[in-house]
Amino acid sequence: MTMSRRGVLVAGAGAAGAGLLAGCGSNTGRGGGDAHGTQLSQWYHQYGEAGTEQAVERYAGAYRKARVRVQWRPGNYDQQTAAALLTDSGPDVFEVNGPTLDQIQGGQVVDLTELVKDVEDDFNPAVLAPKTYDGRVWGIPQVVDMQMLYYRKSLLRDAGVEPPDTLDALVDAAGKLTSSKVKGLFLGNDGGAGVLGGTPLYAAGLRLVTEDGKVGFDDPAAARTLGKLHRLYADKSLLLGAPADWSDPSAFTQGLTAMQWSGLWALPQIRKELGDDFGVLPFPGDGGDGRPCVPVGAYGAAVSGRSRHKEAAKEFVRWLWVQRTDYQEDFALSYGFHIPARISLARKAAQLRSGAAADAVRYTTDHGYAQPLLWTPAAQTAYQDALSRIISGGASPEGELRAVVRKAGAELDRVKSTKKVKKAS
Amino acid sequence: MRRRRALWFWVFVGPFALGLALFTYVPLLWSVGLSFFDAHNTVTPTHFVGLDNYTAMLQDDAFVGSLRTFLVFTAFIVPVTYLLSLSLALMVNRLRRARAFFRSVFFLPAACSYVVAALVWKMSVFNGVRFGLANTVLGWIGQGPVAWLAGTDPPWYWLVIVTVRLWLQAGFYMVLFLAGLQRIDPVLYEAAAVDGARPGWTVLRHITLPQLRATSVGVVLLLVVNAFQAFDEFYNLLSDARGYPPYARPPLVYLYYTALGQGQNLGLGSAGAVILALVIAVVTVGQARWLRLGRTDADG
Repeated sequence: MTMSRRGVLVAGAGAAGAGLLAGCGSNTGRGGGDAHGTQLSQWYHQYGEAGTEQAVERYAGAYRKARVRVQWRPGNYDQQTAAALLTDSGPDVFEVNGPTLDQIQGGQVVDLTELVKDVEDDFNPAVLAPKTYDGRVWGIPQVVDMQMLYYRKSLLRDAGVEPPDTLDALVDAAGKLTSSKVKGLFLGNDGGAGVLGGTPLYAAGLRLVTEDGKVGFDDPAAARTLGKLHRLYADKSLLLGAPADWSDPSAFTQGLTAMQWSGLWALPQIRKELGDDFGVLPFPGDGGDGRPCVPVGAYGAAVSGRSRHKEAAKEFVRWLWVQRTDYQEDFALSYGFHIPARISLARKAAQLRSGAAADAVRYTTDHGYAQPLLWTPAAQTAYQDALSRIISGGASPEGELRAVVRKAGAELDRVKSTKKVKKAS
Repeated sequence: MRRRRALWFWVFVGPFALGLALFTYVPLLWSVGLSFFDAHNTVTPTHFVGLDNYTAMLQDDAFVGSLRTFLVFTAFIVPVTYLLSLSLALMVNRLRRARAFFRSVFFLPAACSYVVAALVWKMSVFNGVRFGLANTVLGWIGQGPVAWLAGTDPPWYWLVIVTVRLWLQAGFYMVLFLAGLQRIDPVLYEAAAVDGARPGWTVLRHITLPQLRATSVGVVLLLVVNAFQAFDEFYNLLSDARGYPPYARPPLVYLYYTALGQGQNLGLGSAGAVILALVIAVVTVGQARWLRLGRTDADG
């Protein structure tokens, strides 16, 4: 058989077209029902700690009532899920650093209140509260994460500096610890605007949003405290431009800085490399009403409002994140280093009973604050921009905060007026 | 016969037209539609808000500020890239030996990914600690380390951004200029020499540049559009897990956070995208008219 050149091209184009169309059926991991029963897709963000992926595969494999396919998603997870929830090809069950109020109000996540109703008191209230809206629970906290200040005992001793217990003492300590080779403090490569967030406001005795849903930092104390952060920058006490950012303890363990703000997850690595030569502190309080504080947060398990198997997905979440406390304990403590979200498990954990880990647990209980649900991403962006301009640009804290209070107030009005939660269809 | 031709036309053009419609025009029109709705966390909104999103975007200091910054950035980066790539092309074009080698050497960075180049610049060349490449050089002359990307006074981050952009782009535009230079008839230079024109500036001004008009117009248009659409190297140089600092923030990066980040305000993001598209369209059309696009080199 002979074929003209045009014929070959047409055949080729046809084959390519068929291939393209076949490619359109993306592999979301979500299956329909089949002979083996319901198929569920579960998404996790990529944990850095070895063994976590195998562990969650194992938990999913042990579930008998449905086939659960785990997707381990590297990259910008929050944005991936946000986009996937707009389509029918997203996950059934997913972990989320939220859900955000807009996601709840938009009906993108399913009400999970009934799953926790018998054990609600056993969840750490600091992390359950931001997952609760309108008296309903929209995500089941998996583990508690927190951030704190790590300091190198030997460097402080050599410089004759006590571990700082006020913000003024922290500013002074950072200055004294700074030399030509070592900086005093590392708050992230942007000078702290990103990671600190509302922490300095809580340290000043204020809050992001008040109990009755108003802006919580329309107060001269806020400007006073934020102004002190600029002093750290102006004194050149801050480490800036380190190869690894605040979430990685490398700058601290490599001796580039004497103190670093980082997460609880960094503790095992720091202990491995520095032994006992380090201590941990909360962010120190500032001013008369000030108090020390540490930010806490939790990835939570949520069910997508667009899942075709909502009941099956809820059942799976109940099984894994409510009933299987053995898996919850394993997930929190065997790979990375997190505090179990269940109070009963946290009390049992031997790893959390001594040294810096015990301090971290105590800070979480005594000084932990979680970002309120009403604090929207738009308000956060406005605040973070202002904080950046105050810290590294030397902008007037009063002027910057005035603009943020206006913007955050408008956002609070918006979300409070969108009271209704859309029924997830 | 005519029907057959029409059939073949659609066989060949159809799939591409379909792809273009499906993946470019439908999203574009959808986005314009979204811009008139309150579209938080949804692409099928129901709450019509008219021009509210446009008003909000135009009153948003961060967005207007980013547009302003990028007008200034464009006014700076376009002539600098133009001059650098033209100079490289003129130099390479004069080489008698190893021309292909140098052409490749200067062009190679264009093959490098923006993301990779940005990360090399950020983590190795311009990191803020004492062992970064730039800071090591400063150390030799007794200067302390500079936080290239973290400080705003002075705004050293522009140095990082501009150098990575020049390194990535100059080679590509150099090749365009080389192609233009090689199309110039050597007879013109001979005639100019006979008429007594001195080689150098006079010849460049009266022969080379007018003959390169079409290439220049194309290069400038591409550079302007590229400057407004800046995203990759900015995002990879300056963003972190917590967001993007309020300086050197391109409009696209801001819209990315508004619409696609945690913000998920697709209506507001779409309104911003339409405004940005209009700005690019107005600048491009204005520029094309000013530069008399469409005239050939010979018309010059």
